Amino acid sequence: MEAVSRRSFLKITSIAAGSSLMLGFDMFNTAEAAGLDAVFAPNAYVTIDSKGLITLMAPNPEIGQGIKTALPMILAEELNVKWDSVYVEMAPLDPKYGSQTAGGSGAIRSRFKPIREAGATARVMLTTAAAQQWNVKEEECHAEDGYIIHKPSGKKASYGELVAKAAALPVPTNVTLKDPKDFKIIGTRIHNVDNQKIITGQPLYGIDTRREGMLFALVSRPPAFGKVYKSFDATETLKVTGVKNVVAAGGVVAVLATSTWAAKKGRDVLKVTWDDASPLENSLDHETAFTKMVNERTANPSRNDGDIDKALASGGKILEATYSVPNLSHANMEPINFFADVKDGKAELYGPTQVPSAMRSSVARALNIAPENVTIGMPRQGGGFGRKLRPDNGVEAALISQAAKAPVQLMWTREDDIQGDYYRPASMTKYKAVISSDNKLIGWHANSVVLTSGGALMPRGFPAAAIPNFRLDAQNLKSNIPTGPWRGPTANAAAFGDESFLDEIAVEMKKDPVALRLELLDLAKNQPVGQAGYDIDKFKSAIDLVVEMSKWGKNPQKNVYQGFAAYYSFSTYVAQVAEVTMVGNVPRVSKVYCAVNCGRVVNLSGAENQVQGAIVDGLSHALFSKITFDKGAAVQTNFHTYKFLKMADAPLDVVVQFVKTDEPPTGLGEPGLPPIAPAVANAIFAATGKRVRKMPFDLTTKSKDNA
Amino acid sequence: MATYKLSVNNKPMTVTADADTPLLWVLRDHLNLVGTKFGCGVAACGACTVHLDGNAVRSCSVPVSSVATAKVTTIEGLSAKGDHPVQKAWSDMDVAQCGYCQSGQIMAAAALLKRMPNPTDADIDNNITNICRCGTQTRIRQAIHFSS
Repeated sequence: MEAVSRRSFLKITSIAAGSSLMLGFDMFNTAEAAGLDAVFAPNAYVTIDSKGLITLMAPNPEIGQGIKTALPMILAEELNVKWDSVYVEMAPLDPKYGSQTAGGSGAIRSRFKPIREAGATARVMLTTAAAQQWNVKEEECHAEDGYIIHKPSGKKASYGELVAKAAALPVPTNVTLKDPKDFKIIGTRIHNVDNQKIITGQPLYGIDTRREGMLFALVSRPPAFGKVYKSFDATETLKVTGVKNVVAAGGVVAVLATSTWAAKKGRDVLKVTWDDASPLENSLDHETAFTKMVNERTANPSRNDGDIDKALASGGKILEATYSVPNLSHANMEPINFFADVKDGKAELYGPTQVPSAMRSSVARALNIAPENVTIGMPRQGGGFGRKLRPDNGVEAALISQAAKAPVQLMWTREDDIQGDYYRPASMTKYKAVISSDNKLIGWHANSVVLTSGGALMPRGFPAAAIPNFRLDAQNLKSNIPTGPWRGPTANAAAFGDESFLDEIAVEMKKDPVALRLELLDLAKNQPVGQAGYDIDKFKSAIDLVVEMSKWGKNPQKNVYQGFAAYYSFSTYVAQVAEVTMVGNVPRVSKVYCAVNCGRVVNLSGAENQVQGAIVDGLSHALFSKITFDKGAAVQTNFHTYKFLKMADAPLDVVVQFVKTDEPPTGLGEPGLPPIAPAVANAIFAATGKRVRKMPFDLTTKSKDNA
Repeated sequence: MATYKLSVNNKPMTVTADADTPLLWVLRDHLNLVGTKFGCGVAACGACTVHLDGNAVRSCSVPVSSVATAKVTTIEGLSAKGDHPVQKAWSDMDVAQCGYCQSGQIMAAAALLKRMPNPTDADIDNNITNICRCGTQTRIRQAIHFSS
């Protein structure tokens, strides 16, 4: 009951205060006026009521990256409360929370300091309140586990007891943060705050939304990229029991019914006519174009140090290899959905999005109403991986609700999801390296072609700055296949080519692959060629740690072959050693070691989980997944053709360690993924002598036929 | 449309639905038991796993008309307080990331452990074929061993 009254209270104050900072004094008065208990809310993130209930707001969408647990941990740390005494609540979309985006592995990076300050502000105000109440010096009081304590007198008051007084204080602008050596919560293992709801199947996700009068909407959308909506005939659909309406909105046709199954049966018999708007493309043509374009240089290389042509003509040994990756679907386990209720010039939206703010403006634009009339609720989400960085799902739901004049739960089937995605772009990169007669790596040229949009090379990434003649050419193949961000954009393709090709170079130079990288890092540090967009010492710290963890170069196990790769992305350094065991003629990834330098770790359990998951996710796609197009349509339609790794091909163990550092936290949702494909490809080479230069690897694997 | 008398989580339930309606949608849309998740609709991912008389089945591919007197157990009914050993292991070991597939994973693991109280890694490989895009397989394996 407390939670209910607190929520109504927050609603009242958010209307009353309406400022970027909810000031305690105003809120206290408002609370009294509303006949509620006193509440202390020095900023948008912390609320403490007089009964001592402490609520910490989780401001960013939870897509499985653990942010709903990690951000409140940072608050709790500075607030000096016991973790198990706080209540965590998902914040609504509100400008007072700043950017509420889940993307670019950025939430902890950008919020670590401001959220510490928010927690510290509350702690300082409670301390001041206690000092004033006891008429003692503030310096003699300290905060501990939800109490303010005055040691000299032995006085002690709980935060709840101090709420009324603290709420009347001015909010300090310059507070002292805790010394990290006193951290009790940050860096420990804290359980996911939603664990209990997840394991008992409570409604948590957008797809679980149920409202009075709500209709389920399944949508018929263009069967191929290049086709657009023309007209529909719903005669048969409207005969299906449970189907209530059929509407065309936003270029798609929605069947609205009282259940998902009725909507699906209605859609199965819906007749839609589509027009051809642009050519229907296929992947074989893309590949032909790629193969030609990787030999053509651009007028404006994305990096051009020294003179690669001179190096190529210098008489040194030239190595050449072409790497390619396929299109990938995001295939979040929770299929795309959104709830929308549009009426009386207002829109209520609730569902999975990584960009709630952009969702609000896009929905407002699509409905031609003011953004203030659009609310966006953020449930826990069944994955993100970049798919929900575009607001197409909410906009579609809103347009359907508007046209049907009903609250709707938009549902995509898995086929809709895989065939109507924007994809990790397929790409091909041709690499050339020049090794001088005195066995030095003197030239590097990479020429990439990427479908539609996005990149496959990192102009400031390693080994740039370590090689005197270094050129990158980046091109896009124009296409009507939509492509976009997918976990570790650009890095997920660049790491595969760069780190596999470096392994090829090491073999050619007869050097240990790790030793070669360390030499190159030394060159980048001592004689940099152009700018290095990475920190050499941090890079080395991750490499050194994984060497130690994996016993690299001293691997005593029979029939176990190691492969190494390291990659820097989202401000984080990751080094991995993959171990491959030969089962007959089949290489199986049995174990992966991973060292990470991501600054200070906030939630050790969550951080480890992210990296372990990124490795298995990356391995899954490296082994199995691809989307190809035929006549403009994705050939793969569901998980029997768009394959994922299953338990039988998952490593038995993924060991993750973090470099101990006092640096602020950097990204973690994505950086674990890029190095795994090259680490495994390099281990496969160690095991079989064969280079794998194309994803998916197309090995004979256990679960391949297990779908 | 026909009327079906079902036993769901040890409670009698009556549902009026088309004979071909998958049990998944009966649970989610008719009975409002949304813990069972929709993932693929073709029995390929296991997100919709429930127990029929204690055996794991993929409810997206089980028509309601075929359930008859079989006892249906969903994640909501696996234990009274969410303290089945598998649920506890999942929580203690923080298996979930996004969590969406985990009710299906838990139901699959609980059914396996009932048949094989001490599964080997190979048993797990052969019997747990659910998909998880977050890549929680390593922790799923550990949690199964932990709860065995």
